[in-house]
Amino acid sequence: MLRIVLEPRAAPWRSMRLAAPGIALLLTLLVSVPMLFALGLDPPATLRTFFLAPLSSANGISEWLLKASPLILIGLGLTVGFRANVWNIGAEGMYTIGALCSAWLALRFGDGAHVWLLPAMMLAGALGGIAWAAIPAFLRTVTNTSEILVSLMLNYVAALLLGYLVNGPMQDPQGMNYPQTAAFGPAALFTPLFAGVRLNASIFITAAAVVLAWLLLDRSFLGFRLSVSGAAPAAARYAGFPPARLIWFSLLASGASAGLAGMMEAAGPLGQLTPVISPGYGFAAIIAAFIGRLEPLGVVFGGLLLSLLYLGGEAVQMSLNVPASLARSFQGILLFFLLAADVLIMHRVTLRRR
Amino acid sequence: MLNRLELRAITKRYAGAAANDGVSLMVAPGEIHAVLGENGAGKSTLMKIIYGAVQADSGEILWEGAPVRIASPAAARRLGIGMVYQHFSLFETVSVVENIALAVAGPFDLAALAARISELGDRHGLQVEPRRLLHDLSVGERQRVEILRCLMQDPQLLILDEPTSVLTPQAARALFGVLRSLAAAGCSILYISHKLEEIRELCDRVTVLRAGRVVGGASPRDTSAAELARLMVGRAIPAVTRVPGEREPQPRLALRLTTPRAVSLTVHGGEILGIAGVSGNGQRELLALLGGDPVGQPETVYLDGEAVGHLGVAARRARGLALVPEERLGRGAVPGMSLGDNGLLTGHRLGLVRGGLIARGGVARFARTIIERFGVVCSGVSSVAASLSGGNLQKFIMGREMSLAPRVLIVSQPTWGVDVAAAAVLRQNLVDMSRGGTAILVVSEELEELFEICDRIAVMYRGRLSEAAARDMTSIEEVGLLMAGAGAAFGTAA
Repeated sequence: MLRIVLEPRAAPWRSMRLAAPGIALLLTLLVSVPMLFALGLDPPATLRTFFLAPLSSANGISEWLLKASPLILIGLGLTVGFRANVWNIGAEGMYTIGALCSAWLALRFGDGAHVWLLPAMMLAGALGGIAWAAIPAFLRTVTNTSEILVSLMLNYVAALLLGYLVNGPMQDPQGMNYPQTAAFGPAALFTPLFAGVRLNASIFITAAAVVLAWLLLDRSFLGFRLSVSGAAPAAARYAGFPPARLIWFSLLASGASAGLAGMMEAAGPLGQLTPVISPGYGFAAIIAAFIGRLEPLGVVFGGLLLSLLYLGGEAVQMSLNVPASLARSFQGILLFFLLAADVLIMHRVTLRRR
Repeated sequence: MLNRLELRAITKRYAGAAANDGVSLMVAPGEIHAVLGENGAGKSTLMKIIYGAVQADSGEILWEGAPVRIASPAAARRLGIGMVYQHFSLFETVSVVENIALAVAGPFDLAALAARISELGDRHGLQVEPRRLLHDLSVGERQRVEILRCLMQDPQLLILDEPTSVLTPQAARALFGVLRSLAAAGCSILYISHKLEEIRELCDRVTVLRAGRVVGGASPRDTSAAELARLMVGRAIPAVTRVPGEREPQPRLALRLTTPRAVSLTVHGGEILGIAGVSGNGQRELLALLGGDPVGQPETVYLDGEAVGHLGVAARRARGLALVPEERLGRGAVPGMSLGDNGLLTGHRLGLVRGGLIARGGVARFARTIIERFGVVCSGVSSVAASLSGGNLQKFIMGREMSLAPRVLIVSQPTWGVDVAAAAVLRQNLVDMSRGGTAILVVSEELEELFEICDRIAVMYRGRLSEAAARDMTSIEEVGLLMAGAGAAFGTAA
């Protein structure tokens, strides 16, 4: 009788670390073929529509980056917390509050030609996210309440708040009673980088955030302390790393990035607020962070991949009339295989006689 | 006369490395046979093979002269083999007799069983009141329960794995009496240990294992401890040299606790204070107090005369405190991180962080220095801590904390799991550090170790600390009595 045994490796398997996302993608494709067959679709054509068609035009690539940008930005912030075992599931709500705070500035000052307006909105967005994140941080550090539950529930509070505001106080007076705010003025909007596409300068904010996150997580002592407190809380206490401060930092950093992403979306492709301002970026960013195995460059890869899954899902819905849940299944299957491949990085599989 | 147990060329490999390599061994009826070897020499693997928990790759086991295959511990018990593990497997919340009833086949008759326990206990000096609840028992009494549980099966061979590691010297002596009585009644005993003096006192024969092979057999009574050590290690062990130290007049570390009970100690620069005691008598709490995790009242702990009881670990470390915890993986080191990062864990004060960024070159150098200086066996600075053996990780953690050049060093179980030769090096390092002026506090269960390196020794018992006695003014016997709670020396200053 043979038994499969996982033995920890002396050092992580480096080549597997690089190969794991590719293997996971390959396995996802393999599993999806019978699934597509069962749906009565031609697998090669569907996969081509799903993964290649969206990237075949300049506009397609612009949309790809545009959707990836908030995923990456939020994912980076979440990574900071996940490294420290701080499980912020509330990025969606922080994103919403960030968008709301910046929208308030946009609606108040958007008619003029204020050059300070966009930077102020960025600040407002980040601060909004930070304020929302401060609630779980406070409850976790002072009353030892699970940040998972608190941040998760605050998503619904934020969504309801947005719904109330766009139906009431922030509703466009000339909007024929549609639940939406007035369109932002030009001073409150990012201008597109190229004519005819929606991709705008906010992508550089995300790019800067990647560098910043890399410095923080891979090069700074603060990042090291976060990782230690996540991997071995007792060792962090033994070394004298302050647990409460690290929890605050983790949550506020992810709040700032999510709030900023909300601002970027509001001042970018949306241009106004409606009751729904996110296709689930705050949740998908969790997956992006894990696809990127909590490494800043990996999160970029994860964000790009998930963005492609969004676009591909829309493309096959429109041109092949398949259900929207297909894209979601892809997300799930991919995450499953990625986490499975992760085991191989730290462990060796051996067969043993019982 | 037939041998009770004979092993012929037992070989067992794990991932290519031989844990046992052609081990042959004979145990006569009524013989107390020692298996001596360092950690990792293959003692545990061999015992697991005999007890059926592990199967040998090749080789033969003969029981009473007939070849047998021991497929499981149950099969071993049916043959008449009992095993007392180092870590007890007893239920805390039920009584002695109930604990034993759980392991005995047949009708559940507690009264009859209790009578049998008392009878067996009287015969072999294993007196335990059968109706007492387990959590009321001392460690020595619990061990009796473990042995009694084995005796219920009327074993012909009893295996004991490092049985004295949890006992006071006096309790160990009582255990030897029990084992001799069992042997006289015809039961063979396999006694696994790395403690030379014990083996010389108790055992009829000794088989020495090194790196999975039998490197010698001897009659321990006719062999000196130094000779046994040389057999076990393969070369002579350097003795720790201790020059008289210069004790600073002012204590660098002081504890003045009044509640819940009066506990106090001082450690001066230039000396090593040892805390003896069976573990679980408050050592953990003492170390937590001194280390600052969690913090307490200000006027309890003093570093260089400054009240620091309210300051956290970081503030105390900044004042020159370094600490080696008992728990290595997860506290002293982050299991999944490299040795480099584990050096950074507390070594960051040595200029390894510049402007908030980690100086990678410096981190690797720091870890490499520790690895080389303390002979840490690993594949390099990128090895993750969890991949090291316990002894090697201990060397790394000890080396790291010593490299911080602390004003005060607190060490719990400095050489636990470390091989004999490396332990001698670590002890010498501690002595040298103290002679260089560092104030060192050592908490250890190994009395020989404390007597080898300490200048003063205090004993911890049930949360109380005896007055520290100069090493030369006390003896192992006296300290052993205190460890068992005898004497009125508790509650005063150390």
